[in-house]
Amino acid sequence: MEELQFCRGGGCTAKLGPAALARVLSGLPRPTDPDLLIGAESSDDAAVYRLTDELAIVQTLDFFPPMLDDPYLFGQVAAANALSDVYAMGGTVKTALNIVCFPEKMDLNILGRILQGGSEKVIEAGGSLAGGHSIADSEVKYGLSVTGVVHPARIRANNTGHVGDALILSKPLGVGLVCTAARMGQADGDALALAVRSMTTLNRWAAEAADRYRVHACTDVTGFGLLGHLHEMLRPDLSARVHAGALPVIPQARDYADAFYLTAAAQRNRNFADGRVRFGRGITFADEELVFDPQTSGGLLFAVDPADADALARDLAALGLPCGQIGTLLPRVDAEIIVEG
Amino acid sequence: MATIVDARGKACPQPVIDTKNAIKEHGVPVITLVDNDIARQNVEKVAAQMGYYTESEALDGGDFRILIQQVSTQVLSSVLGEGGAVSDAPIDCPTCQPMELAPAGPTVVVLSSNCMGAGDDTLGAALMKGFVYALTQLDRAPDTVLLYNGGAKLSAEGAETVADLKVLEENGAEILTCGTCANHYGLQDKLAVGSVTNMYVIAETLSKAGRVIRP
Repeated sequence: MEELQFCRGGGCTAKLGPAALARVLSGLPRPTDPDLLIGAESSDDAAVYRLTDELAIVQTLDFFPPMLDDPYLFGQVAAANALSDVYAMGGTVKTALNIVCFPEKMDLNILGRILQGGSEKVIEAGGSLAGGHSIADSEVKYGLSVTGVVHPARIRANNTGHVGDALILSKPLGVGLVCTAARMGQADGDALALAVRSMTTLNRWAAEAADRYRVHACTDVTGFGLLGHLHEMLRPDLSARVHAGALPVIPQARDYADAFYLTAAAQRNRNFADGRVRFGRGITFADEELVFDPQTSGGLLFAVDPADADALARDLAALGLPCGQIGTLLPRVDAEIIVEG
Repeated sequence: MATIVDARGKACPQPVIDTKNAIKEHGVPVITLVDNDIARQNVEKVAAQMGYYTESEALDGGDFRILIQQVSTQVLSSVLGEGGAVSDAPIDCPTCQPMELAPAGPTVVVLSSNCMGAGDDTLGAALMKGFVYALTQLDRAPDTVLLYNGGAKLSAEGAETVADLKVLEENGAEILTCGTCANHYGLQDKLAVGSVTNMYVIAETLSKAGRVIRP
């Protein structure tokens, strides 16, 4: 029987580059329905549509090829990643549909394990898995289309931060580097275990922790890396200062950057940021790779009132993953993003 | 001889890892072939991070050839000037970085001819003058310069390379000219820089070298 490779380097490293995507999307007509509160033009995480003054639905779709060899864990990661967009908008998950691509020649038990992992995460999210769609394809891909709800007044857009807000990231960076090293057979067991724990952790818990504080904007950090998603938070009147020393990271990811386990996606993210980011003195090669590293099922990035920052960071730390205050929002200066040591 | 890494058809990080391994195993120059621009950028980024220079060329069909080497040919050509004529202007070398992978043991430059390369001897002599000048501009001078056979002419009175060899000597390089060779060319009384040596010293110097450079 033909040998089929399950994992070839997937997850959010498989995303199309942000530059390519922006060019294609700019050619499409813009929707005009005033009840479409958040659509594609703000590069937000999900669409939000107002049904009544009290209720809006949050819709999102996310799927990708495996980034792990274990089908069950891959199913969990893909589902956690898709569900995350609802949490980034401040919503609650209601229903989810599976989206599956699977080779006809591959063992169907593998598909069963993927779907089992995914369904467990939907249940943990408090949602109902209500069906799905599958097609035969040469490579495995899996994800979810998720529908959630949110009160229109409590939507967390990504571009509504205030000058002076603290930036807080709820999960460690370096997931892409660790998965790449793992694919090359070079990842440390502890590093991979932390990456898997991070990727399978629902952003539900971080989003609920943030409900207690004055969060002005939120996004989730996925394939475009920290700086790519931070860019989406920065209106023309805002810049951000990021402290490299404060970044939560999977520690071994720095070694993997120095050993050049680099993805094409990270380089695309770097190209996209070209000319907008200034790296200060003391920023290492590994620091740069970490801020461009594509994250699969990465954390939530909050812009929060500075008076609430310490308390939110403490509550997030109690959830058990490396996290931290990574920077601040500033009035726009010469560079959009400044990364300092 | 450059080591060739054919990484076409391979996804990142494989082209990068293959290139890194080739450099570690065989040293530079390494030529890496890739089939997309992002892989080219990743390979160039890694080579720069390792302290090397790269030059890339787009090939037909969307492939790229990346040459990874110790010194940029731009620096060399700014030394040599247009058409191989030697420029007197000091070279500006803002991108020089410390070589992190310098091997243990002394660096020995061997000049075994008064010409650099084969083809046209007039060009070869101009290239050699440019090369010796370029050596004076390196961050770190070689430990020893060995001159034998036609190379013995380079340290003799009247040679255009004497001034630059003296600079190298002032920068700490030992300039050693083969006595037998100087005798052969009738230059035994015309040594203008460094000292005369013999085959034992030449053999010992080469055998203890960490790196031998032959233009």
